[in-house]
Amino acid sequence: MNVMSQTVKTPGADIQEETPLLEIRGLVKRFSLSGDFLEQLRFKGGKLVRHQEYVHAINGVDLAIRRGEALCVVGESGCGKSTVARTVMGLLQPSAGEIRYGGSRIDNMSTRELMPFRRRMQMIFQNPYASLNPRMTIQQTLEEPIRLHHPGWDSTRVRDKVAEVMASVGIAQDWGTRYGHEFSGGQRQRIAIARALAVDPEFIVADEPISALDVSIQAQVLNLLMEAQQQHNLTYLFITHDLAVVEHFGTRVVVMYLGRICEVAPTATLFSRPRHPYTQALMSAIPRLEDDRPQHLRLKGEVPTPVNLPSGCVFHGRCPHANERCGREIPALIDTAEGSQVACHGVEEGRIG
Amino acid sequence: MTTSTTVPRAGRWERLRDSYLLYSFKRDLVAQLSLLIFIAMVAVAILAPWLAPMNPYDLAQIDIMASEMPPFWMAGSDDAYLLGTDAQGRDLLSTILYGARVSLIIGFGAVALQAALGICFGLLAGYLGGRIDAFLMRLADIQLSFSTLMVAIVVGALVKAIFGSSTFSAYAVPLLVLIIGLAEWPQYARTVRASVLAEKGKEYVDAARTMGLPSRRIMFRHILPNTLSPIFVISTVQVANAIISEAALSFLGLGMPETHPSLGSLIKSGFDYLQSGSWWITLIPGAVLVALVLVINLLGDWLRDVLNPRLYKG
Amino acid sequence: MALLDVNHLDVRFGMRRGELQALRDVSFSLDRGERLGIVGESGAGKSVAAFSLLNLIGKPGYIAGGTIRFDGQELTSMSDRELRHIRGHRVSMIFQDPMMTLNPVLSVGEQMVECLKAHRRISKREARAIALHKLEQVQIPSPEARLDQYPHELSGGMRQRVIIAIALLLDPDIIIADEPTTALDVTIQAEIMALLLELCEKHNVALILITHDLGVVSQVTQRMLVMYAGRVIEQGPTREIINDPQHPYTQGLMNALPQMATPGSRLNQIPGSMPSLDNLPSGCAFHPRCGFVQRDDGSHRRACEDNIPGFVTSGNCQVACHMVAEMLERDRIPAEETSR
Repeated sequence: MNVMSQTVKTPGADIQEETPLLEIRGLVKRFSLSGDFLEQLRFKGGKLVRHQEYVHAINGVDLAIRRGEALCVVGESGCGKSTVARTVMGLLQPSAGEIRYGGSRIDNMSTRELMPFRRRMQMIFQNPYASLNPRMTIQQTLEEPIRLHHPGWDSTRVRDKVAEVMASVGIAQDWGTRYGHEFSGGQRQRIAIARALAVDPEFIVADEPISALDVSIQAQVLNLLMEAQQQHNLTYLFITHDLAVVEHFGTRVVVMYLGRICEVAPTATLFSRPRHPYTQALMSAIPRLEDDRPQHLRLKGEVPTPVNLPSGCVFHGRCPHANERCGREIPALIDTAEGSQVACHGVEEGRIG
Repeated sequence: MTTSTTVPRAGRWERLRDSYLLYSFKRDLVAQLSLLIFIAMVAVAILAPWLAPMNPYDLAQIDIMASEMPPFWMAGSDDAYLLGTDAQGRDLLSTILYGARVSLIIGFGAVALQAALGICFGLLAGYLGGRIDAFLMRLADIQLSFSTLMVAIVVGALVKAIFGSSTFSAYAVPLLVLIIGLAEWPQYARTVRASVLAEKGKEYVDAARTMGLPSRRIMFRHILPNTLSPIFVISTVQVANAIISEAALSFLGLGMPETHPSLGSLIKSGFDYLQSGSWWITLIPGAVLVALVLVINLLGDWLRDVLNPRLYKG
Repeated sequence: MALLDVNHLDVRFGMRRGELQALRDVSFSLDRGERLGIVGESGAGKSVAAFSLLNLIGKPGYIAGGTIRFDGQELTSMSDRELRHIRGHRVSMIFQDPMMTLNPVLSVGEQMVECLKAHRRISKREARAIALHKLEQVQIPSPEARLDQYPHELSGGMRQRVIIAIALLLDPDIIIADEPTTALDVTIQAEIMALLLELCEKHNVALILITHDLGVVSQVTQRMLVMYAGRVIEQGPTREIINDPQHPYTQGLMNALPQMATPGSRLNQIPGSMPSLDNLPSGCAFHPRCGFVQRDDGSHRRACEDNIPGFVTSGNCQVACHMVAEMLERDRIPAEETSR
C-alpha cells in the first residue's frame, strides 16, 4: 500500500488536476489485409501495381482519462473499442497518433523503458477461460508479475503479497496449488483481477471483463471491481457493449462507431439526454424489463465493414437525420452545454435536439 | 464471500489417476498391447549385453564355421543359436538385440535433435512472426525439399572423403543422429509454429505481455508448455520415421557398418542370401523392425486421439 | 389440448464417473401460438431441455423418464424416422451460432431448396419461389440476390435472418430458438427479436425462447420457466414473474441486474456460483446460496437442506421453494381463522 500512495503523489499534487492520467491523441490503427509484398502485387490496366487493403480499426481518436474516473467505452463489435484498449496497453502498435501516460509518451518506448509503466497499468481480459495459463498454478500465476516487477523481494515477501491480494479479491488461500481449469468463470475472473492488482497498479484497462459471465456472477465481479477502485484509488478504462453496466459503473462514457468517437459525456448526462443519433439508437435497443414491447429506433441497414469506410460521418448511411453534408464532411467533436462532446453535424446545426 | 466448490487438492499422482489419458488407456486394448510390446522391446534392447547369448561385436566369439544356421524349428538347427546365424556366423538373436539397440538409440537421438531444433525454430517463427517467420519457414521448405537420403549421401560422402571411411564407421551413430536430425526438424518446426500461432492469440499470452515479461520467458514458460500435446504426438511418429530412415540408409549402405549392425544393416546383410534359402537373416530382423515401428505408430495414433483438443477439452 | 406437453422429463448423461442428471422432473406445456421463455444461467439445463424435446441430445445423453406429447403423439417412444419428420417439418430450431446450421459450401438458395425438397414433393422452381418468399418475410434487402450468395458473404445479422427464413420454410408449429441473438450486437439483436416476435404472431407459430437475458424474455414471451441446476424452480406468466418474482433465485437474478441498483452503489449479488451437476447440494439445490436459508437458524433451514421442494402455486405462478410454501401456508391459515 505504501508503494501505491507514493506513486500516485509523484507527479506533484498541484498539476495533478490538469494533466490527465492517460491521453490519446489522433490515434489511428490499421490492420493490413493484403499479406506480404508479393501478395500485394496486382495487374491493373496492364500495369503491375502494389495494392494494399486495410481494416481501419481506429480512425483518429482523441481521449483523455482523468485520475480516479471509470471511463467506459461502448459500441458494437468492430467499432474499435477493444483495439483502443489493446493499443493503450502496448499490445498493438498504433499506426499514427500518440499515447501519453502521466505526461510521458509511451507508444514509442522500448520494452525496457516501458517497464515502470507496465507496473502502473494492468489489464483484465474478457475471456476468463483463456486469460489464465492452463499449465500454471494459481500461486505461480500470481507470483509471476510480483517477481518480475520487484526482483529484489525475497520469497516470503512475494508470498505475503500474494496472500494479501488473494484475500482482497475474496479467494481462499488454498486455491494457490490448483490450476485455472478447476474453477468456474467467475472464480477465474477473480484470479485474473488478483493478478492485475498484485503489482499495485494505478490504472486498469478492463476489456469486456464481465461479458462472458453469468448474470449472478457479473454482479459479483462488478462489485469487486468497484471495491478495488475505492481501496486502491484506481482509474479504469472499461470496455463494454452493455449499457446497463455502463450506467451503473461509469463516471464518463465514450460511444464509438466504426473507429471514431460519436459522443463523450458524463454517464448521467448521456443516459438522460443522448445527443448523437447513434447513441440514441443504441439506448433504445437495450431490452428493458419494464415495458412489454420493444420500442427501439430502427436503423437502416447494417454496420458497414471497416475495410471501406464511408465518406464523411461514418454513421451517415444508417442515420435517420443524415443530409448531404454528413456524407461529405467528417464531423469534429464539439462541446455541448451539458459538458459533453458530440461529433454530429445535426447537433451542431441544431437539427437534432 | 464465495462458497468455493469443494475440489479436493490433487497431487500429481491423483491428477494422473483421474486423468482422461489413463482412463482412455485403460479402455484401449490396442494401446495397452502396443505399450507392453514397446516396453518389452526397449527393455530387451537396453539389456542386450546381459541377455544376448553372445556379443556379435566380439570377433573372438564368432565362429565362421557356424554360418547360415537355420532357426530352431528347422532341420539342421543348433540349440546354441535360437534364431540361427547370419552369413558371418553371428548368432542372429544376439545381433538383433544389439541391432535393435542401435536402431532405438539412433531413433531417439535423432528425434531429440529434431525436437530441439524444431521447437526452437517453431517457437521463434510463430511468436516473433514477420521476417523471422518467413525466413525460418522458407529454410524449412528448402530443408524438406532435400530428402533425408540426399543429406545422408552428402554428409556421408564428405566425412568419408575428409576423414576416411574408418572414421565414418567409428562415428556412425552420432553421424546418423545428426543426419536424420537435421533432415527432419522442419516437421517439428511446422507443428510447433502452428500451435504457437493458436496459443499466441489467447489472452493469457496477452496478459503475460502486458505484464512486461521478456519474450524468451513468454515463449518458453507460457507458450511451450501449452503446445506439448502436439509435440508428444508428433514425437511418436517421428521416432518411428527416424528408425525407418536409419534402416533405409543402412540398407543402402549409407548407415551403420556391418560390424556394428542396426536392424537395417542386418536386413541388408541377409538380403544377398535371400535367394540361396537363408531367408531368416533378412526376414526375422525385418519382422522385428516392422513390429517396432508398428507399435510406436499405434501408440502415436492412440495418443493423437486422446490429446486431440477438438475431441476432448481438458 | 396443449400443442406440446412435457411431463416429468428426466434426462441423464452417462459419464465415466457415473450418471449426471441433467434434467430432473421438468414439466411444462405450450399452446399453439404461445411464446415461452426458458431462462437460466449456463449449466442450468435450458439448452438440454430444448434439445431433448426432439430427442436431439447426443450420446452420452438420453431421456431417462417422463413423457413429451406433441400434438397428441408421444415423442419419447418414436422411431428416428418418425422423429425426423417432425423435426424441421413441424418443429424447427434456431441456434446461437448461425454457422452451425448453414453449410458454408452451399449458397443460401441451394440450402433452402434442399431443405424443402427433402420434406415436400415439389419442383426446384417451386421450392425457389417459396425460399424467395420466406426471405422476403424476414425483411432481407434484395432477397433475390441473397439466394445466390454464400453464408460467409452475409453479415451476422443477415445470417440470423436467413436462419429464421429457413426455420419458417416448412411452416412449423413450433420454433425453438436457443440464444438466437447472443452473438449479435445490441441494435441488431433488437431488430432480430422484433422480427421473430412479429413472424410468430403473424403465422401463429409457438416459440420456445432459450436465453439468459431477462430483458429479452420480458419483451418477447408470454410465459416463462426459470431453471436452476437442471430443475424448473419457477414458472408462470412472464409479466408476473418479472414484476414479482417468488423464488429467491429469481429474485436474486433480477436484483443482480445493474438496472436494479442506483448507479455507483453496490450491486445485490448472489454469493457463490451454480453447482455443477455432478456435485449437487442436498435438498434444494439453491440452498447454499439462498439468503433466506443463510439467515434462518432452525427448522426451515433443515427442510431446505434435506428435502427437494415440490411446486406450490402462488397466484398464477408455480414455485419450487420451501420458504414460499411456508409463507403461503401462513397466509392461508389466518385467512381461514378469520373467516370462521
